Amino acid sequence: LSIRPVLSDPEKQRGRSAAVAIAALVIAAGIPLWWKTTETYRAWLPAARIGELEALQLELRVEVEVVFARGTLSPEQQKKVPASRITYESCCKSKSLCLVEADHALHTLTETSCGSVVIYIIPEASALLPQDMRVYVGRSRTALLRSQVASVVGAGLPEVLAALDPQMEQVLQTMSFNHQDVTAALTDRLRPGLSTRDSLADSMRAFKSSPGYEITFSLLNPDPKHHQLHWDVEAALDAYIYPLLHKMAPVANFSVDSQILYYAVLGVNPRYDASASAYTLSADSLAHVINPVEARLGSNAASSNPVLNFLLYVPDSLHSPLIIRNDQKQEVASNAFHSPRWGGIMVYNVDGAYGNDTQFPVDIAIDMSRVMGVFLSQLRLMLGFQQTGAPPGFVLEAAGREGVAEWELDRLLWSRSVENVATASASITSLAQLLDQIANIVINDNIAQQVASAVTALQAAVAELEAGNLALALEHSREAISASERAFFDPSLLHLLYFPDDQKFAIYIPLFLPMCVPILLSLLKIFREVQQHRAEKRAKRD
Amino acid sequence: MTYVSLLSPVVCVCVSHFVLIGRTSAFLLLHQARAERFFRSDHTNNWAVLVCTSRFWFNYRHVANTLSVYRSVKRLGIPDSHIVLMLADDMACNHRNPKPATVFSHKNMELNVYGDDVEVDYRGYEVTVENFLRVLTGRLPPSTPRSKRLLSDDHSNILIYLTGHGGNGFLKFQDSEEISNVELADAFEQMWQKRRYNELLFIIDTCQGASMYERFYSPNLMALASSQVGEDSLSHQPDLAIGVHLMDRYTFYLLEFLEDIHPASQANMNDLFKVCPKSQCVSTPGHRTDLFQRDPGSVLITDFFGSVRKVEITMETINLTVPGIPLERFGGEPHTETALAYVDQLPVAQIIHQKPKQKDWHPPDGFILGLWTLILLVFFRTYGIKHLKHIF
Repeated sequence: LSIRPVLSDPEKQRGRSAAVAIAALVIAAGIPLWWKTTETYRAWLPAARIGELEALQLELRVEVEVVFARGTLSPEQQKKVPASRITYESCCKSKSLCLVEADHALHTLTETSCGSVVIYIIPEASALLPQDMRVYVGRSRTALLRSQVASVVGAGLPEVLAALDPQMEQVLQTMSFNHQDVTAALTDRLRPGLSTRDSLADSMRAFKSSPGYEITFSLLNPDPKHHQLHWDVEAALDAYIYPLLHKMAPVANFSVDSQILYYAVLGVNPRYDASASAYTLSADSLAHVINPVEARLGSNAASSNPVLNFLLYVPDSLHSPLIIRNDQKQEVASNAFHSPRWGGIMVYNVDGAYGNDTQFPVDIAIDMSRVMGVFLSQLRLMLGFQQTGAPPGFVLEAAGREGVAEWELDRLLWSRSVENVATASASITSLAQLLDQIANIVINDNIAQQVASAVTALQAAVAELEAGNLALALEHSREAISASERAFFDPSLLHLLYFPDDQKFAIYIPLFLPMCVPILLSLLKIFREVQQHRAEKRAKRD
Repeated sequence: MTYVSLLSPVVCVCVSHFVLIGRTSAFLLLHQARAERFFRSDHTNNWAVLVCTSRFWFNYRHVANTLSVYRSVKRLGIPDSHIVLMLADDMACNHRNPKPATVFSHKNMELNVYGDDVEVDYRGYEVTVENFLRVLTGRLPPSTPRSKRLLSDDHSNILIYLTGHGGNGFLKFQDSEEISNVELADAFEQMWQKRRYNELLFIIDTCQGASMYERFYSPNLMALASSQVGEDSLSHQPDLAIGVHLMDRYTFYLLEFLEDIHPASQANMNDLFKVCPKSQCVSTPGHRTDLFQRDPGSVLITDFFGSVRKVEITMETINLTVPGIPLERFGGEPHTETALAYVDQLPVAQIIHQKPKQKDWHPPDGFILGLWTLILLVFFRTYGIKHLKHIF
């Protein structure tokens, strides 16, 4: 028999009820309170809609208007087509101008919305197009197609259209998009090997879709003692570059600035070539030209937008003239080169402007139209207007001073929309996956809101692409991508609070164990006493 | 008018089947040659993130390590705008430095790696695990300037160099916190999700460095470490005049190797793996290439340490010279030139004829009101409320 302190029954009862009350309080109030106060705030995310995004199917629809000119259809077929009078009279002096005028006149007749294409079918015998030209694509969204199914006797309208299908498909692939363009826009989301090398080179060259770009034009003058250069860059930008940038306003914001750098030298020594009596830069050494210059170029510290640099280098008098040679040791007509995703450099020789016995420094005015011609074509490449190889029989009218043809812009808008939709959906799905995986990241309300608005904008963009409204689709895709980027790169989503489970136990056990042990033991004691009591009662009854 | 709608992108038409005219075939060949040169590697720009995770004078060698790698990377072409340098930067101007404003990497003070054009982006107490992860993942507050950001894209090759004190699975940051290999692997995965790199080379020079790359699981990562798990990385040589060890062995021999590399060099990664064998380094350097898609023998050192740009000759130009047509201004009337003058640095006129400025009257603020209330309360409590009627 062990000696135990003898408590009277009421005291024992009070002790028991106190222990039970404390245990009840701990379990009923303490545990939920602890759970609530240590839980991280996670705002609700539309997980179901995000799950749908993973299996996104894109459907792109192009609106095509086909206009049959007189003489292409037989009278019966003509009756089936809703007719409208379009008369075009021309008195053209030369063949080539005639075509441009015709294109311009036709463009003013029809209203074309962004993304749509108008194809005019002209009779086989028409003199508008030269003999070997089958299709002429103008500067706006129109194309002239020489019909080769002039009169399929007895055939109805659907058969005529079906016969024209392959040619129209070719036209549309040139003017809107083809399989290669779409896969190029999705290169980083696809398995390697799906896109051709040319389209991969194009996608490496052009900048990725970004809400804004900064363009810097720099004049490098290594020899101010001899050359006093004047360049009217503001007027040149107004005349040549701003029209293009204004047209690209739906795609991105642009900020343009210019600077002049003195005593800036190229990093390579050009070699003197006696046969050409000029200094030459070979194609291999061009790669090392950019780095020493880049350190001095500078950029706007406030924004994180990609920067395009266009440099105009005027060689010093000791190394003039300076020409660039390509791989085959031939002179390059433009005397310029560009680097993908960086910009371009043009070498402008001024040795012809003065003789040997002039008073130095010489005032030289730079011919900005020549310079801007080169920069404009480089800018087009950087922004994503690829050098489209036209299929044979096609003639694509060059954009000239306007910078970019409307159908070229449409091409870019198609690929940009697709790229934006793909990138935004990838961001959202990977963000949702990340937030799922790490259970103790705090999801603030603003992130949930950004995600929800990104998902809505994405679905709207996909719907607009299906409906064929390119401008609206691009707008929605831009909204989607900016919302998804803001959500993904929110500074609060840092998963530094990585607490592995053993660390969690190590924190909680010293706090809760000393408290829980007496409670549990007293509960056990009470339970055992109750059982004993019941056993005694049963024994007494029996 | 008939409407024909074309649903979904159609199969592309192969151009190669058509007969080509002479001029266009030459163009196609040139195009192919250009494409060939592009595809030796996939990157168009290079970035470097160099981190020294130690502070205090006795960790001189870690700062010298990082600065030496910084110098090599700059020499091989990566500009400052593409380098994120994180240093505690307390060596050059340390009170214990017998030669202030210098950090030497070779004994007998042969090579000053601090120089006069070091651009440190994160210095002092800004070198934290949080800032490092923020730089990698891009989750920086909007007020962060461009020089402190890693603005890489999907065609960037990034070099990441870490040095300091480490252990099995962690790296110590400035004696107060640590980063684990799991966190680092997760950060790289986040970079991959957003395609913030094309290929990434990770070099770590700490004790048990190989443990830091054990947990990587994202594609296109190559990692080198100065020692295996259970081994210590040792320092190279002390300088008796300065009084501390100047560099770590692995980085010392890495630097010797890099000094022979110039921007046009064709040395590849297999040579880099041979740097600092056990006889020189005492520890066993390790590397990991299973996540890397290209064969290391085809990867040039300059793909990561230098910045060799891809260059294309501009073949097409736009003919803008239309004679006789003057340049039209776009967007309105030309702005007139206004004569500009400097603002007075010292407004003498204002100083000499100074009148006291009329200050606007503000009602008394809370403090004055409270003070007066207190005084009044004390007064009325002491002397009784009957005085109140004399006031009001």
